[in-house]
Amino acid sequence: MDILRFATAGSVDDGKSTLIGRLLFDSKAIFEDQLEAVERTSRDRGTEYTDLSLLTDGLRAEREQGITIDVAYRYFATPKRKFIIADTPGHIQYTRNMVTGASTADLAIILIDARKGVLEQSRRHAFLTTLLRVPHLVLAVNKMDLVDYSEARFEEIREEFTSFASKLNASDLTFIPISALHGDNVVSRSENMPWYEGSSLLHHLENVHIASDRNLVDVRFPVQYVIRPHNATNQELHDYRGYAGQVAGGVLKPGDEVLHLPSGLTTTITAIDTFDGPVQEAFAPMSVTLRLGDDIDISRGDMICRPNNQPQAAQEIDAMVCWMADGLKLQPRSKLIIKHTTRTARALVRDLHYRLDVNTLHRDESVTALGLNEIGRVSLRTTQPLFVDDYARNRLTGGFILIDEATNGTVGAGMIVDAR
Amino acid sequence: MLQRDYTTSQLDVLEAEAIHIMREVAAEFERPCLLFSGGKDSIVMLRVAEKAFWPAPIPFPLMHVDTGHNFTEVIEFRDRRVAELGARLVVASVQASIDAGRVAEQTGRRASRNRLQTTTLLDAIEEQEFDAVFGGARRDEEKARAKERVFSFRDEFGQWDPKNQRPELWNLYNTKISRGEHIRVFPLSNWTELDVWHYIRREGIEIPSIYFAHSRRVFERDGMLLADAEVVQRGDDEPAFDAVVRYRTVGDMTCTGAVASTATTVEQIIDEIAATRITERGATRADDRASEAAMEDRKKEGYF
Repeated sequence: MDILRFATAGSVDDGKSTLIGRLLFDSKAIFEDQLEAVERTSRDRGTEYTDLSLLTDGLRAEREQGITIDVAYRYFATPKRKFIIADTPGHIQYTRNMVTGASTADLAIILIDARKGVLEQSRRHAFLTTLLRVPHLVLAVNKMDLVDYSEARFEEIREEFTSFASKLNASDLTFIPISALHGDNVVSRSENMPWYEGSSLLHHLENVHIASDRNLVDVRFPVQYVIRPHNATNQELHDYRGYAGQVAGGVLKPGDEVLHLPSGLTTTITAIDTFDGPVQEAFAPMSVTLRLGDDIDISRGDMICRPNNQPQAAQEIDAMVCWMADGLKLQPRSKLIIKHTTRTARALVRDLHYRLDVNTLHRDESVTALGLNEIGRVSLRTTQPLFVDDYARNRLTGGFILIDEATNGTVGAGMIVDAR
Repeated sequence: MLQRDYTTSQLDVLEAEAIHIMREVAAEFERPCLLFSGGKDSIVMLRVAEKAFWPAPIPFPLMHVDTGHNFTEVIEFRDRRVAELGARLVVASVQASIDAGRVAEQTGRRASRNRLQTTTLLDAIEEQEFDAVFGGARRDEEKARAKERVFSFRDEFGQWDPKNQRPELWNLYNTKISRGEHIRVFPLSNWTELDVWHYIRREGIEIPSIYFAHSRRVFERDGMLLADAEVVQRGDDEPAFDAVVRYRTVGDMTCTGAVASTATTVEQIIDEIAATRITERGATRADDRASEAAMEDRKKEGYF
C-alpha cells in the first residue's frame, strides 16, 4: 500500500466539503463521535442538513464565522492506498493556502458546479495547481443531478476547460461527472450516467500511477546532517562518517561514482546505510546515510550528484514567487533569507519583472511590488551558490522558501524557472 | 535496463518523512528535546529518532512531564527504555510545580492535573532553554491538530496562534526563532492511529502492558471506565467493579479511560481499531469532552 497526497480546491458552494465528507464517511474515516458532534452543532445552528464542513473546519474562528481559514489535513485509507487530503479554501484571499497544499500534492481535485460551468475561480485553481506542478489534475464536475445528468452539459464544460488548460501545460487531466450529495461516481459508477465510461472518483484516486512522477533520473542528494558517532570504545564507529539526507532525485547505488558540490570532487559511494541494515539502492523519498570512498570535507547544505548530471550552482536565480506576507511587500532591493533544500543563504531581490493576474494570466509589467497572495516573476541574487534545478524538472531542488529576517516569518514560496 | 516499480509503502514514506524532520531539527537547533511519556506515539517517535541518527546515539535528551498520577506500568516502561538507550531523561514534575506554588491543585471529584501540566512543561522548557520540542501528536487525533504545522511556532509565552501560522511548503521547514521562543515539532503529523499500530507490529516494538487487555478494578463515569486508584476520586454513587479492559491512549489516570477489550496481541488491537467507530480521544479522554474547542484552547496556552 502506498500513499497518495491530494489537494482539493473549491468553496463550500461547490460541494467540496460534501465530497470530502462522503469520501471520509464511505471509507469509514469519520467516526460516530465526530459525526455526533457535527450533527449536534448543525442542529444548534438551525441547519437542516448535517453540515460536513464542520468536520474539517477545526478552529473556533472557522466554526464561528462559517469559513475555512487554513489548510486542513485529513486521512483515510482503502485496502489499496492511504490518502492524505490537503483541504484548502478556494477564495482568492487564500491563494497562499492553496499553494501550500498543492506543494506536496500528487494530484489535485478541482470542483466545478455543473450549473455554473468554468468560473474565474476554476481557472485560478487550475493555474495554481499547474504552477506548483501537481502531476495529476481531476476536474470533478459536481451537482450533475441538478442538470439532469446531462452528457451535453458535461461535454460543454470539458471542452471549455480543455481549451483553457492547453495554455497551462496541464499534464494529466481527467474529467469526472459526479454528484457528491447523492454519491454518483464518487465511490462507485453511477447508474444515472450510463453515457460516462470512465472510473469513479475513488477508483481513479486508488489507481492513478504516481510512482514515476518522482524524478528517478537526476541523482540529487542534499546533505542534511553529518553522522559521526565519536565512539571511543568501538574502533569501527570511531572512524564512522556518514552523510545523512533524504533523496531528492535519481537512484543511488553502492559503487556509483558521485560528485560533491561545491567542491566539484568526485568519489564513490561505498555503502548506503540505514538502521535496518545497508540497502542496495536509494531513491526519493527515502531517508538514508551515505558513506563515501574519499575523505572530502562535506557538510550540511552540500549536494551529492553524478559527474555527468549536475544541478546548476547558481547565485542568480529567476523564479515565480508567491508572496505570503501580510503587510510586508516584496520589492526590488528587498533582503530576505532563502532556504533551498538543506542550504540557507541570504537573497537580494534584484528585479520584479511582472505580476501575474491569477485569474486572467495577464502579465502586469508596471508593478513595483508584490503583496499578499500575489504571484510574480523575480530575479534574486544569493550570498552563496545554491544547487538548483528548474522546478519543472524537480520540485524538491527547484522550490525554495523566503523568510523575513525581522519577523522570522515565512513570507514567500518560489519556483525556479532559470538560474545562472 | 530492468524496469522496476519504485513504489514505496506507506509506512516507509511516513518513516522517511519523520526521519527527515528529526535530522532537520538536530541540524538547525541548539537545544532540542523529545517529549517521552511512555505512550505509544512517543514510543514510535523514539524509535524513529534511534533510526535517524544511527549508528550515533540520539543527540538530544528526552523529557517527561510527570503528573504524579501516572500508571506504574508506564513509568517502569519509561525508565527501562531510557536505560536501554543510554539516553538522558529530564523529568518535569507537576508535584514540584504545585509545591513551588506555580499552580494550584484542583479540588473535587473531577480534579485532574492534566491542565496543570502546561505550566510545568513551559517552565521546564524555559529552565532547560529548549528551543525545539518534539511531540508525538498526530493530525488525525483532533480537529485543531489537523490544522497545526509540523514545525509549530511558540512565542515567548509558549502560546500557539492558530490564525498566524507559518506556511509550510514541500519539505522545507522554517526553523528561525528569537531567544525565548521555541518550536514544537511533530514528526508523526501525517500518521494515523492505525499507522502507529502497523508500525509497532512491523518493528516489533515493545509497549507498556496496559495497552493490552487485562483485568482491572474500574468504575464508570460519563460513559468511560476510569481506574479505581488512590489518585482518582471516586464518588459513593460510582461503584467499582472488575472488568477486562485495555487502554487506547495513555495519559493521566484521572482523565484517561479504559475500553472493554479482549485484545492481547498487537494483531488483535489492529483488528479492534479497524472495526471501531469511535475516535481514540472521543473514547478515552475526558479532557477533550469539555467543549468543541477544548483542545484548541489548551493548545493556545501551550499544551502538548
